[in-house]
Amino acid sequence: MSESGGPPATGGTVVDRLGAKLREGDAGLIALVMAGIYVLFTIFAILGPSQGVGGVVAALQAVTFWTALYAMLVLALNLHWGYAGLFNIGVAGFMAVGVYTFAAITAPTGGSPPGLGLPLWVGVVGGMLMAAVAGAVVALPALRLRADYLAIVTVAFSEIVRLTLLSTTFQQFTLFANVSFLPNVPLGTGAGRGINIPINPTIPVKSLYYTNPSNPASGSRTALGDAVISAFGAVGIRETVVVSLTYTLVLIAFVAGFYWLLRRIGNSPFGRVLKAIREDELVANSLGKDTRLFKVKVFMVGCALMGLGGILWETQKGYTDPTATTFLPIQTFYIFIALMIGGAGSNTGSVLGGGLFASLLFLGPQYVSRIFSKYFVSGDAPSTIVGALGPLGAADPGPLFAYTLQNISALRFVLVGVVLILLMQFRPTGLLGHRKEVAASIDLLDRNERADPDAPRPATDGGRVGDRDPAPTERGDRDE
Amino acid sequence: MAAADRVADLRLEVAERPKTALFGLFVLGLCVDLLLKVLGVEVAVGSVKLFGGTLAASRLITLVWNGVVVGLGIGLAGIGLSMTYSILSFANFAHGDYITTGAFAGWAVAWLLAGLESGLLDGNALYLGTLGFGPEGPSAADLSVNAVGTPLSVFAGLVVAVVATIALSLVLDRAVFRPMRDQGGIAVLIASIGVALALRYLIVFFFGPTNRGLTAGGSKLILAGVSGSLALATERSTIVLAANGNVPSDTFYVELPGLNFGSYTAEILSVTSAEATLVVTSLALMLALHLALQRTKLGKAMRAMADNEDLARVTGIPTERVVRATWIIGGGLAGAAGYLIALERGTLAYNLGWVLLLLIFAAVILGGIGSIYGAMIGGLLIGLTQSVSLVWIPSSFSTAAAFAIMILVLVIRPDGLFGGVTTA
Repeated sequence: MSESGGPPATGGTVVDRLGAKLREGDAGLIALVMAGIYVLFTIFAILGPSQGVGGVVAALQAVTFWTALYAMLVLALNLHWGYAGLFNIGVAGFMAVGVYTFAAITAPTGGSPPGLGLPLWVGVVGGMLMAAVAGAVVALPALRLRADYLAIVTVAFSEIVRLTLLSTTFQQFTLFANVSFLPNVPLGTGAGRGINIPINPTIPVKSLYYTNPSNPASGSRTALGDAVISAFGAVGIRETVVVSLTYTLVLIAFVAGFYWLLRRIGNSPFGRVLKAIREDELVANSLGKDTRLFKVKVFMVGCALMGLGGILWETQKGYTDPTATTFLPIQTFYIFIALMIGGAGSNTGSVLGGGLFASLLFLGPQYVSRIFSKYFVSGDAPSTIVGALGPLGAADPGPLFAYTLQNISALRFVLVGVVLILLMQFRPTGLLGHRKEVAASIDLLDRNERADPDAPRPATDGGRVGDRDPAPTERGDRDE
Repeated sequence: MAAADRVADLRLEVAERPKTALFGLFVLGLCVDLLLKVLGVEVAVGSVKLFGGTLAASRLITLVWNGVVVGLGIGLAGIGLSMTYSILSFANFAHGDYITTGAFAGWAVAWLLAGLESGLLDGNALYLGTLGFGPEGPSAADLSVNAVGTPLSVFAGLVVAVVATIALSLVLDRAVFRPMRDQGGIAVLIASIGVALALRYLIVFFFGPTNRGLTAGGSKLILAGVSGSLALATERSTIVLAANGNVPSDTFYVELPGLNFGSYTAEILSVTSAEATLVVTSLALMLALHLALQRTKLGKAMRAMADNEDLARVTGIPTERVVRATWIIGGGLAGAAGYLIALERGTLAYNLGWVLLLLIFAAVILGGIGSIYGAMIGGLLIGLTQSVSLVWIPSSFSTAAAFAIMILVLVIRPDGLFGGVTTA
């Protein structure tokens, strides 16, 4: 049912409406797709094990939360791959750099491992800066390589970061230990045990509701917290869901910020050069643009955004360790797949891709499996495929079915892989990647159309109108 | 005159490619350091140690041997990746999971046959076919599969690993890659990531996510210095006894004639039967491939196609047949490599190939992508880097060191060591 990566699993008439919305505006399109996803997940939640309003709200919160996280990172990756054609598949590594820098800056000085004990915003800025620096370190030598080599270098970088964080060598160390004129600064990664992050972006959110946000249980609620939590509690929504919901709103604000920033970059002269590099670097170079510098800059900006995305994603748990799935190479591929679904080069597509990936591919299978388990499976699932296949001899598919549902997380990856293959075979431009991006900050063509839709279009009149006319920019054709 | 010319050439080289020269100097420094360490010399300026230190020769020999073993596995696995890159012009991110598939297919059969041999098969066929996980299934120790004890089932497993991986790569080529022939390399690369994910997690679905023991038992051959002369034995206790003067008559013990090191008594190198199987088999396969590509027209056709596909087709080369041959050779060697690496490690998990893939990429890029000899040599160099780097850095960084070498080579010499020489 929800197994397709195409347009959201809604009816055929909706597709027509979607087409109409496409012409009207992007915010409407995103809202429409999200509404479709919400309807789907409301149905999932009602059918699933946890019923009631609380269950529905929790499901919708989860969908929105993951959508926002993926949308942020997909937007950051879109800046690399979609705008500048930089094939970065080391996203997880840059996220890890951001998160660990944030953790080292904000962790208390007496902690184990110790940090600098600085405030939240210093950590965010520091994490972004460090991710940008890491981006520069990778980009400076690697950007002159071919796209597939850059891919291998970035994925190797992300593995080097992860292995370094896992290593006990840097579990606890002292910065500037050998430099006499600088103070000794004890720091650490905590190796496999990870690092505690008591100060994290959820704290400001929690401080709205609790007098002691770092440990809500020990303090009491604020007046606002009391009012909001009891109001939501009256309809059966749990306290933790209310807090997560508020944090999700913060994430949505960040998604909007990312989107705005990318639009600004895309419409700026800087962004025009990026698109020129993506289409044909040689031409951009011949026109006197220092393409290498542009690439390094945009790589750094994208990495800083990935660092920020990583901080908002990973630190909300209050701790992190190198085995977190956020830092595994697979995470990079998730983000990449979301971008491919939405269509590289399109910001709206990036947000849509994040939403569709998070809902249909990431969360959907789990919800579907829970529903099936609830209605069709009795007893425990066999722990191995042998136990599942054995009864097949006696024409009893029940255990195999239960085993399949039990292992839906593995099959989810298979689904993701198949979707990616089909996408590349049949629609390499994704949902919106075929769109022509307007290069100027004002869409001149659009204005002409609106002024008088029936009037004949002005013929070639210099370069003013023709800003997006010359040479089709089909995204699929630009590789190699 | 000739010497002066050479010096002038070198000077030109250094001036033109300072980064390469710097890297060469770095490697040279490490070699000098290694030599001094083995000799036990320490060079220091003031209190700062510059070079040297202490390193037992036997440790270095063991590290080099481990590097060769790992490197041959990586090199064997890398050949296929290098070939698909040069013939089909895309980096195949699913190659690692071809390796895993080969390992699982081969070992499932090896276990079934070993079970048949030991009489454990009765009612356990399914458990053996899924490599006996779970509390109900037989364990590795029950079966005790190894290259010496059950050579037939190990060999049959190798054959199945090769055949299964060939079949898999042909099917996947037909279903995924062939419809995408006219698309760019990046699009196919991304599709291959999809293939990798789907394959890997299908394996998890069927075989479970656990890391299982595969082999048990097996024998080893120990090279040791006994009272100054070199000796071979199969048991460590034999060497201890021999050093004390009483050589047991019932176990294998041979003193090698010739060399004499005074009163040197220590274990130098221990080679397990699994390691020896890996080394011998991969060398044989590499030699066979070399002969096949040099003696037949296939090699020439591949070179032509790697150079210019359209021109090759115009010349009458059946390009699709060459592509099929590429997948057969590359897939078969990947399957063999996966099977042998699992044999050498004695354990097998679903992420075997994925973890290896980056190292294989490193090897292939180091050797020069597209060249099969480059893949072999690159594999050896990556294996040696990973192993010998333990002299200087903690073990948790050895993989990182291999990646760093790859990045360095990409930056300094993107064409690799054998750059420009494509396939055979």
